[in-house]
Amino acid sequence: MIKVNSTTRKILIPLFSILAGFLVGAIIMLFYSYDPLQAYGSMIQGSLGSTVSIGETLRQATPLIFTALGFSVANSAGFFNIGLSGQALAGWVASIWVALAFPDLPTFVLLPLAIIAGALAGAIMGAIPGFLRAFFGTSEVIVTIMLNYVALYLSTYLMQEVMPAHFRSSQDATKMISHHATLHVDWLSHMFGDSRIHFGLFLALIALVAVWLLMKKTTLGFEIRSVGLNPFASEYAGMSSKKTIIMSMVISGTLAGLGGVMEGLGTYQNFFIQTASMSIGFDGMAVSLLGSGSSLGILLSALLFSILQIGGLGMQTGAGVPFEIVSIVTASIIFFVGIDYVISKLFKNKDNANKKLPKTPIAKEVVTEEKDAQEGGRL
Amino acid sequence: MKKAKVFTMGILAAAVVLSLAGCSGKKSATTDTGSKDSGKTTTKTVALITDTGGVDDRSFNQSAWEGLEAWGKKHDFSKGNKGFNYFQSKSESDYVSNINSAKAAGFKTIFGIGYKLQPAIKQSAEKNPKLNFVIIDDSIEGLDNVVSATFKDNEASYLAGIAAAYTTKTNIVGFVGGAKSDVIDRFDAGYAEGVKAGAKELGKSVKVINQYAGDFSAPDKGKSIAQGMYQQGADIIFHASGATGNGVFQEAKAINQAGSKKVWVIGVDRDQSDEGKYTTKAGKSANFTLTSTLKGVNKVTEDLSEKAFKGEFKGGQHVIYGLKDDGVGLAKGQLSAKTQKAVDQAKQDIIDGKIKVSEHPAK
Repeated sequence: MIKVNSTTRKILIPLFSILAGFLVGAIIMLFYSYDPLQAYGSMIQGSLGSTVSIGETLRQATPLIFTALGFSVANSAGFFNIGLSGQALAGWVASIWVALAFPDLPTFVLLPLAIIAGALAGAIMGAIPGFLRAFFGTSEVIVTIMLNYVALYLSTYLMQEVMPAHFRSSQDATKMISHHATLHVDWLSHMFGDSRIHFGLFLALIALVAVWLLMKKTTLGFEIRSVGLNPFASEYAGMSSKKTIIMSMVISGTLAGLGGVMEGLGTYQNFFIQTASMSIGFDGMAVSLLGSGSSLGILLSALLFSILQIGGLGMQTGAGVPFEIVSIVTASIIFFVGIDYVISKLFKNKDNANKKLPKTPIAKEVVTEEKDAQEGGRL
Repeated sequence: MKKAKVFTMGILAAAVVLSLAGCSGKKSATTDTGSKDSGKTTTKTVALITDTGGVDDRSFNQSAWEGLEAWGKKHDFSKGNKGFNYFQSKSESDYVSNINSAKAAGFKTIFGIGYKLQPAIKQSAEKNPKLNFVIIDDSIEGLDNVVSATFKDNEASYLAGIAAAYTTKTNIVGFVGGAKSDVIDRFDAGYAEGVKAGAKELGKSVKVINQYAGDFSAPDKGKSIAQGMYQQGADIIFHASGATGNGVFQEAKAINQAGSKKVWVIGVDRDQSDEGKYTTKAGKSANFTLTSTLKGVNKVTEDLSEKAFKGEFKGGQHVIYGLKDDGVGLAKGQLSAKTQKAVDQAKQDIIDGKIKVSEHPAK
């Protein structure tokens, strides 16, 4: 065990988790007699090796940042939002619909309109489980999972049966949106070698700051956090936990909806039939949990996820590692980052090191927390 | 002292990362050329971008890959960046990324396997006028570096419908579709019309149960749909659902092995009789793949790779393959002589233009 102060510990734990993940990935590849060095080399090459691949990696990270932020806001209020995929899908469909309905409006009207439509659709999808939980105490996990299916098949129905036929190019896809509604900016794409990177990246960065401000500097943010910590105490202190839960889910849904808008107006430029829940929903949860819900953490882990995903594609070509092994390797890296609690046992806060502590690890944590709480109380 | 430790660790971590990157750079340069099976190399390389089903989906993508492998074998090229390779996509957003990495790896001819890749292929073809592109199951107009290849699956499915009508004992047959789309519509419509025509000739009525899985890569859904259909009394299921259909095969195998009744599956895109092998309760080996509709995806990939190899790749055209030119067909399978005769007759009628098969099911 190594004794370090708490700041370095915070940096070392994720770093070692990532390294351990890569190490296990390497062992798996060695086991199947692939060259791990070459494979990781082509992963880096595939995700960061050229301007195009950097652009694609950033593009991949954009919607993940939104869905991860969405998850973290709800999570702060003690709400486990598994419905990110459905909310994102609603945002995607709504933004494309608006974009196709008014293709000739000028950009400065149409683009914000389409984005807002998507955000609203996500907010509504998020408000439903929030409302049900606040007033009827239903389990948000079940409701959001089921709403994902509702959103999935409703989107197909809306596209095939409700959307005007001239919006569609075939039964399975809509037409491309006009250049008035796209998030693509020529100079940005050119800068990154004609990749699909789009203006949404900046919106994602703004959202990172905005959510940080919301959670740390506003009354609503404070209420969300305190309801998450103890709804009864918050109620006693005069906050409406019902209102707060619904608000946190509306915000969460809005952010997830914006994630879907990024896919629609940014990545794909149209909507096409989805056959499974959107992966940005579930990846967003993982990104948020890895980044421990903080804005900076989310940014970094979204980038890590994107590097693994885009770089994983590069491993197929560069090193000839089959797709399935690539999936196992990337999953094991994420797995190790996820269990950083185990890695954290490697390092010890220097302050606590000299204290006599009970032997069980859980009890140890409790004592540490209690100590922190006491210090907080004195302040 | 503590700081020193942190520092050394930082250095250590950096060193590991750097050595990772450094080694790999050198390695890849040498291993690219020397592949495991010492095949010849070519500059006319071919890449296959599959949809999310993957090259082991036992049907559409696999057929395309087999065609490319056959081409590679013919010239003794090896799988890899100096010969031919496939790029599997995890999600729809990977299509463009995969095309980009194929381009970066120097591939000269790029196949998009499936209608879902149409926008990605179109976009990339516009940006890379010097590379050859092929889109299968959809068309791209107005670009002279793209060949579009579509198939009259409705004609082959019509024959499958005839075969089903002649074979069914319960007079109920099933159809499992992947996702509702223009391509799967052809299978749906052709099969329904074939069943109807076959039943009419035999003077009976056969009911078609129709269900979509909403997914091309969900064998679990395929299995539960098949379970429902066989329970409703269907004894033949035709699936046009890619890897989802593997679940249909699983269910049919379970029923047939239990031995209480005999059920059939009609395969899709390539001869799926291997999937239908089973052992009866009596210990005899048998097969429940009645037949399979064939789709010459393998021929197209092989043929166009060869053309590109010879420098005869001509973009800007849309080739439609039908029964007439053997682009689609029906496998021999386990059809009885009588059924085979009816199928052959219907095939001739379609080729002669006496029968027109719809592309979309009647609403």
